[in-house]
Amino acid sequence: MSEIIDTDIAIIGGGPAGLAAALNASKRGARVAIIERDFELGGILQQCIHNGFGLTYFKEELTGPEYAQRFMDLLKETNVQIFLDSMVIDLSADKIITAMNPERGILKIHAKAVILAMGCRERTRGAINVPGMRPAGIYTAGTAQRLINMEGYMPGKRVVILGSGDIGLIMARRLVLEGAKVLVVAEVLPYCSGLVRNFVQCLQDYDIPLYLSHTITDIKGKERVKSVIISKVDENWMPIKGTEKVYECDTVLFSVGLIPENEISLKAGIKLDITNGPTVNEYLETTVPGIFACGNVLQVHDLVDWVTLEAERAGENAYAYSTNTSRGGKLLEPILTVPGENVGYIVPQRIDYLQDSKIVQFSFRPKSPDKNCIIEFVSNEKVFDKRKAKHIIPSEMLIYKIKLNPEEIGEKITINIKKNLKKSKEEA
Amino acid sequence: MEVEFKKPKQGDVPEIICTICPNSCKLQVFEDEQGEIQVEGAGCARGVEYGKEEYLDPKRMLITTIKIENGVLPVLPVRSQVAIPKEKIFDAIKVVNHVSAKAPVQMGDVIIPNLLELGISVIASRSMAAKNKE
Ligand SMILES: Cc1cc2nc3c(=O)[nH]c(=O)nc-3n(C[C@H](O)[C@H](O)[C@H](O)COP(=O)(O)OP(=O)(O)OC[C@H]3O[C@@H](n4cnc5c(N)ncnc54)[C@H](O)[C@@H]3O)c2cc1C
Ligand code: SF4
Repeated sequence: MSEIIDTDIAIIGGGPAGLAAALNASKRGARVAIIERDFELGGILQQCIHNGFGLTYFKEELTGPEYAQRFMDLLKETNVQIFLDSMVIDLSADKIITAMNPERGILKIHAKAVILAMGCRERTRGAINVPGMRPAGIYTAGTAQRLINMEGYMPGKRVVILGSGDIGLIMARRLVLEGAKVLVVAEVLPYCSGLVRNFVQCLQDYDIPLYLSHTITDIKGKERVKSVIISKVDENWMPIKGTEKVYECDTVLFSVGLIPENEISLKAGIKLDITNGPTVNEYLETTVPGIFACGNVLQVHDLVDWVTLEAERAGENAYAYSTNTSRGGKLLEPILTVPGENVGYIVPQRIDYLQDSKIVQFSFRPKSPDKNCIIEFVSNEKVFDKRKAKHIIPSEMLIYKIKLNPEEIGEKITINIKKNLKKSKEEA
Repeated sequence: MEVEFKKPKQGDVPEIICTICPNSCKLQVFEDEQGEIQVEGAGCARGVEYGKEEYLDPKRMLITTIKIENGVLPVLPVRSQVAIPKEKIFDAIKVVNHVSAKAPVQMGDVIIPNLLELGISVIASRSMAAKNKE
């Protein structure tokens, strides 16, 4: 027997994306249900105990759990249904969710609209192929973060970290404060991929060296990690012979990126993009009508504030869908967005409606860092809008609200990040 | 940011990286003959302020966990209410490591009232329900 629940909007995942989407849709009068597999709401924020959240959204600096708590408190004032300890195992294109709950058994949730908010998971060592043995003492940085900050368990005493993303940098400091020695952070790129502030406050403050253009070329140890070998790499990320250095350690952390978690989306037949997230239109709607996506399941965000703002839009759009609100005439063929010069990806991947001129929010990431840039929005081989950017880096998402005018827009919209030659000459 | 880690050599003017905006200006901060603090290399006025503060009185937030009895989790995240002097971080950690809490705890509850006589308290940065209700 399975329990059947009927609702207007069902949200899969109760992290910051799910919480903000639920609050927004519920405020508009929808019946909302959140389905979360963990024992509490808040998602990954509950393990991010450091400060630095909320500066954009609340104009205040909060820790991860504090940021989550603000939304959880607001949720208490609503009648949003919350299903904890409920793991979603299936989603169908006609918007029936199947979840497993240890006490209630199988739940079937029928919804008019669904919002995907499952977040992301970490890339593991396998995903980047580091050679060597497989002894104990190898963790992803996020796993170590959960162990220390939520389970009170120290993963090791002498640590080497691969990857200079923010989670890796933050864990370096956290480990030092808990009494471990962090020997080195190795980064294969020629620049630090985390925020400067984290480089200064997590590495520099504690004299932890950062080796750029370096990688781990071997991990030694039978039962437990005994040592790692770190080598310098050339421009093609190939280790350079003769540059090997040995570090004796008992623990290795990998902080090598995040991947949107979309196994459930695939079950509903949703198409994914190069982001590993669903391809969406300007309403954050996937390729299945009435199923929306927001937060890290859509694209990996560096700031939770942007997750919240994106999720609020998803909540609003899902509500409009559930009440059959018209969006105007649908285009026969969608307008596709195309990542051009130095652009890695673009969300949304397509524009489905453009009867009258309207404002659309684009978010995208540069492929490599640069200074003094011009961001061009091109259609019909003409630049219809452009913006200046003083400093760009792949770890910081770019977000622009751009007016689209049907007369100016052709079959596709290309975004290019170009060097502002005039400005660069002035500086030189 | 393109930084290879360098330990400052003795006698060098230490370089302070401004963290206020992504430009990451490299600031040289020193005292001139008149005893005035000079900041060079800042791209804007905010960087000058930052450089002075980092030189004279750098502060950092204290962020860690403490043990908690009877909580749904075994540890509770805590933080200093405001940033504390950077050189006090390790002393503060020592104090905090000797303290434990008992669930239930509300976010914002004071855990240590006057940390190291700094007039700054350490507070719980999340609420934690009790495992077994008494
Ligand atoms: C390890 C790690 C550390 C991070 N640290 C930082 C940081 O320091 N600062 C920062 O700004 N950002 C950080 N991020 C990015 C951070 O994830 C985002 O800012 C934000 O938390 C994303 O929100 P979200 O709601 O999209 O995803 P999440 O917070 O990941 O929430 C997703 C939720 O969905 C639930 N879920 C997933 N699948 C299912 C399912 N099948 N059934 C039911 N529930 C499901 C999960 O349990 C989780 O609660 C970190 C990310 C990771 C992975
Ligand atoms: S000095 Fe000004 S321009 Fe330079 S990093 Fe600081 S805030 Fe940015």
